Amino acid sequence: MQAIAEGLFTDETPPRLIGGRDRTTGRIVFPCPQGERFEPWPLQRKGTLWSWTVQRYRPKSPPYAGPDAFTPWAVGYVELPGETIVEARIVGVEFDSLRIGMALELTQVPLDPAAPESALIPAFMPASANR
Amino acid sequence: MSDVCIVGIGIHPFGRTDGLSGVDQGVVAVRQALDDAGIDWPAIQFAYGASDAAGNPDTMVDRLGLTGVQFINVRNGCAAGGSALFSAQMAIKSGEYDLGLAVGFDKHPHGAFNALPSEYNLPDWYGEAGYMITTQFFACKIMRYMHQHGISRETLGRVSEKAFRNAVHAPHAWRREPVPLDVILDAPMVSDPYSKFMFCSPAEGGVALILASEKKARELGKPLIRLKAATMRTRPPGSFEVFAPSIDVDRGGSATNIASADAFRQAGIGPEGIAVAQLQDTESGAEIMHMAENGFCRDGEQEQWLAEGRTEIGGRLPVNTDGGCLACGEPIGASGLRQVYENVVQLRGHGGGRQVPGEPKTAYSHVYGAPGVSAVTILER
Repeated sequence: MQAIAEGLFTDETPPRLIGGRDRTTGRIVFPCPQGERFEPWPLQRKGTLWSWTVQRYRPKSPPYAGPDAFTPWAVGYVELPGETIVEARIVGVEFDSLRIGMALELTQVPLDPAAPESALIPAFMPASANR
Repeated sequence: MSDVCIVGIGIHPFGRTDGLSGVDQGVVAVRQALDDAGIDWPAIQFAYGASDAAGNPDTMVDRLGLTGVQFINVRNGCAAGGSALFSAQMAIKSGEYDLGLAVGFDKHPHGAFNALPSEYNLPDWYGEAGYMITTQFFACKIMRYMHQHGISRETLGRVSEKAFRNAVHAPHAWRREPVPLDVILDAPMVSDPYSKFMFCSPAEGGVALILASEKKARELGKPLIRLKAATMRTRPPGSFEVFAPSIDVDRGGSATNIASADAFRQAGIGPEGIAVAQLQDTESGAEIMHMAENGFCRDGEQEQWLAEGRTEIGGRLPVNTDGGCLACGEPIGASGLRQVYENVVQLRGHGGGRQVPGEPKTAYSHVYGAPGVSAVTILER
């Protein structure tokens, strides 16, 4: 399966997210912006939940390209210490168990779990549940 | 520099108006404002118009009269109306003009706003993955804020309860039925922690304000309602805004912080000198956070403020006296001007069942929009 866009993940196993580092100020953002000002910066895979919510209705298409059949999903911001706070799906945890500060680790999930060739999007899962 | 006064106000009721376009609703508001000021359209020397989704405001001249008037269109997210007003007052303050118009209107389809990544300098995948949604951002922002500052979900509910209760007395509001607190708290969730009664809906409506120099206002014989400050600012480093794929770990202030501080400086008064405030409440937590971002209380104090009713119409600082965005809905271009309209009504003492007691002399408005813009005004009678 392919990532939803090029330049989001490194080729490693497991992959890391590719952020961008401002060559002048050192500020790190995600994703890496086009142009000379930012250099690609592989982000650490582990962080903590900074904030979250649950998307309880199907986003409009366009631009949403997910499946027509909708089940609510968690989305949050994950703090990668000293780097940046990235927005991503939060998976592998019941909505009721989501807690700000919980340890999380990067993974990838299909945008449409039912489609064999679905695009992969960034997600974070509880760190302890991975291995 | 001349003081700027508001000498005429007009509004087309917010909500859903089948058969009238956004421009139509703007024209209704302009005619009402002209009547209120006691002037005819040809007297208007310039106009700034705000609309996000309902067409170019300047096209309304074919309805109002082809006078050749200078008419500039403004598009600044949810701060569009506030930005139009900011621009209009500059034209008078500079001494260039004596009499002008700020108008805003909009008409959005049902459901969430149709935002596209390319309009916000974001990659397409961000929208494809389902993140191009304002409700997600607002929910994440309040979730963090509640965690950090001890705000309860019940307090979020109290804000909505107050909004619908105030709107009963506002003829221009969309939702004018009171909703009990338990119904608000137990309603279906849209984006946790927000239930459906804690978000406003995209809507329709139009607002017009006629601005005049002090000299002109005196000629017109209108009570002097002075625009003591009108500011508009964009985001500083470390802010957390709508449509953010990432946020800086070094946390900073907000567009609201600096627009607000500017406004208080310009007006020469502090938050304690404000008698009534309209704060952007696209969702109930926004009102909570904006109380602090605008300097009216410290982070976390809102819990007590709401429990004690300090933001009720009879309270120490009445907030969103016409029900705000929660009850009026949000037509983007008109929303910030509705707040100023409501403030003028309050300062004139014409609020009826929602009138703030004690003849308020100062009024504050604040509007926030994507991707991190805020506009603030302070009025004084």
